[in-house]
Amino acid sequence: MADVLTFTDSGIYCPAGDFFIDPWRPVPKALITHGHSDHARPDMGRYLATEGTAPVMQYRLGPEARIDTVRYGEARRIGDAKVSFHPAGHVPGSAQIRVEVKGEVWVASGDYKTVDDGLSEAFDAVPCHAFITESTFGLPIFKWTPQEVLAQQLNDWWQANAAAGRASIVGAYALGKAQRLMRAVDAGIGPMLTVTAVENTNEVLRAQGVNLPETSRITEDVSAKSHPGALIIATPGSTTHNWVRRFPGAATAFASGWMSMRGVRRRRGTDRGFVVSDHADWDGLNAAIKATGAEKIFVTHGYTGTFQRYLAEQGYDAHVVSTEYTGDDAEDAA
Amino acid sequence: MKQFATLFARIDETTKTRVKVDALASYLSAAPPEDRVWMIALFTGRRPKRAVTATRLREWAAEVAGLPDWLFEESYHVVGDLAETISLVLPDPTHEVDHSLTHWITTIKALAGVEENQRKAAVIAAWDSLVPDQRFLFNKLLTGGFRMGVSAKLMTRALAISTGQDEATLTHKLMGSWSPETTTWEHLIETEDPTADLSRPYPFYLAHPVDVPDDLGAPSDWHAERKWDGIRGQFIHRGGAHYIWSRGEEVMTDRFPELAQLADFLPDGTVIDGELLAFADEAPLGFNALQKRIGLKKVPAKALRDSPVIFMAYDLLEHAGADIRQTAFAERRALLIDMLRDVPAQIPIRLSQEVAFKTWDDLAKVRSLSRDHNVEGLMIKRKDSPYLAGRKRGDWWKWKVDPLTIDAVMIYAQSGHGRRANLFTDYTFAVWNGEELTPFTKAYSGLTDAEFREVTAWVRKNTLQKFGPVRQVKPHHVFEIAFEGIQPSSRHKSGVALRFPRMLRWRKDKPVDEANTLDDLNEMLKLYG
Repeated sequence: MADVLTFTDSGIYCPAGDFFIDPWRPVPKALITHGHSDHARPDMGRYLATEGTAPVMQYRLGPEARIDTVRYGEARRIGDAKVSFHPAGHVPGSAQIRVEVKGEVWVASGDYKTVDDGLSEAFDAVPCHAFITESTFGLPIFKWTPQEVLAQQLNDWWQANAAAGRASIVGAYALGKAQRLMRAVDAGIGPMLTVTAVENTNEVLRAQGVNLPETSRITEDVSAKSHPGALIIATPGSTTHNWVRRFPGAATAFASGWMSMRGVRRRRGTDRGFVVSDHADWDGLNAAIKATGAEKIFVTHGYTGTFQRYLAEQGYDAHVVSTEYTGDDAEDAA
Repeated sequence: MKQFATLFARIDETTKTRVKVDALASYLSAAPPEDRVWMIALFTGRRPKRAVTATRLREWAAEVAGLPDWLFEESYHVVGDLAETISLVLPDPTHEVDHSLTHWITTIKALAGVEENQRKAAVIAAWDSLVPDQRFLFNKLLTGGFRMGVSAKLMTRALAISTGQDEATLTHKLMGSWSPETTTWEHLIETEDPTADLSRPYPFYLAHPVDVPDDLGAPSDWHAERKWDGIRGQFIHRGGAHYIWSRGEEVMTDRFPELAQLADFLPDGTVIDGELLAFADEAPLGFNALQKRIGLKKVPAKALRDSPVIFMAYDLLEHAGADIRQTAFAERRALLIDMLRDVPAQIPIRLSQEVAFKTWDDLAKVRSLSRDHNVEGLMIKRKDSPYLAGRKRGDWWKWKVDPLTIDAVMIYAQSGHGRRANLFTDYTFAVWNGEELTPFTKAYSGLTDAEFREVTAWVRKNTLQKFGPVRQVKPHHVFEIAFEGIQPSSRHKSGVALRFPRMLRWRKDKPVDEANTLDDLNEMLKLYG
């Protein structure tokens, strides 16, 4: 029997439906798991994504991008394939894409996490024959801090800085992580500020009904004086920009799964590292795979070779496939 | 241990010196005295000996975590630190306890005397009672590799704040051979007893590098001599005995038995600063020869014949039992010259000769010939400078010779450890040998973080083959490799081994076929090997 999905130079391809999933080269028809730039790339003929993902994609890819939407769980027929999208728990609107051809079911999961972050639609295990998984944090050294402990750590840190008259700058990705942190902290501690990339994403998410606490964009006239003891949510790249000077003596932190490694924490040179990720940790990856009941596993990005070998030893028919997904990458953590 | 873990976290999460010193000072004020002494010991390189082999620890940790050994190994490769890897993979503790730092160190020391199965049970029990950050520190103590990003100097500054004593006095008190088992806080820090340890060296004064000495002012204010390529040391003759200390604060007296006779010719109450050098026929034999001696605790006659060692004297720190570090360098040197004048030539001590110069240009010419003399460059010292402690700017400068360089092709890349765990930072380089590329060195420093990220992205897309953690990449990028020396080597395919290789710059302008050749490398070996 022919494979439901194949791995090509352009992306994950479905011959029965003649479409691609998260392609990295321009193709006529692209099904997109979520809005991060390594999965939702420009220049595709048509896109299909969930209702929760489409607004961010439209904002990022521009008004010309032709995006059709689908609800979670809604079945679509494309050619000879039956397709549906299911929550991946990665960021708001993120999906695993289930493809069924002649009774054979494959699931491409994009990026996912199994813990409920209080923001994204919670991960839903989809029974399948073959499961395509990431392995960004596919080593047993990665174990995430529980969400409530994380919230406590963030609050304690922010509170202590505010009491000492310092701003608190935390670096996090604009889509997903930033909003997750906003929702996790106690908004009563002080004002919350955001850099442009984060605030723009906030606006898109608020417009689609995601409930976020009040935040203010950092403009020229916003400073440590105008907003004493503020928590500033910044993108990783923006912490070297000019606005930082208006918050002298600010404490800095970075929120990432990589922060569980002391070496990476030190290389970033921030005061504090919060261990939090929108990807599954070691236990999460293994639990998710087990829950699908799949026998055949394809590992797309991250610690692929290691994770594949481990899965093979656990009795899975596991393979590494080469893709251009980066997940939560070295460049981001650097 | 909770107090100590808090101290560690505060130090580890900041790059600000002031914050580190504050954290240390508050620990020194609050911790029990025996914990304080251990803390000082740990920060001055007096670590407990490794109590369990790394192999056993890996096995036990993998077993407790329920992981196959190979997966533990791969995790270790990524983390780059055994103690940290273990603390990350182990399950959470089932019963937390808070014992003192001294308690845990005592526990670790007791492991040496028991059977292996008892040792294993004790280590696993400790893991099960410590939260991950304390477990990490326990593992660090257990593996004997304790480092914390705090220099002895910083620790001494904190000690000065918490005790009110002055830094130089404390630095001196902390030198020499002591251990928390043979001393107490009271004895080590509170008691005034300068004669307590006759073997005690002075803190070394270290030079800063200088690129262009022209800015130093009038040449007549300065004294120049060669920068010898050996091990910096102090020769101490006090109370009828002699001691040799390395800059790394290690007693090396017994490793250089030929230097014992110096005590017969130098008066009691003398401390000389200088360099240990392998030396024959009035010329240095090169660092390689000295290297063969460093590892030897018992020195066979053959090593004494093949790699004879002398003490190259730079400076006099103690004269007739008096500390003369505050007198001017020129005066100290005059006293040193006097002292060495009548020492016979067969005695293995030499005065490091002055390099006379009138202009900085003169000196630049001498420097350019450094390689011919097997020296690293020049030392420039202000004639009226006192002998300070540590690396201080202003009076002493090292003007090193430019490194040797060669343009090489990157052929393998491997991810780094620790700080650089998710970047490809360790590269293997090759030179052309006809149509083939012959690997000749590895290098992993010299690029900026941004460059490492750029190479990493490139490696991901241009991997030809994977061998475990190593990626064979398309021969495409040329890097200029700098190194300090070159020696023949039978262990390497290229037939050479480099000293201190690093990447000087990424030659994006250079096509791959214009990289250097094995013949070029052999030519350098002939000239400088």
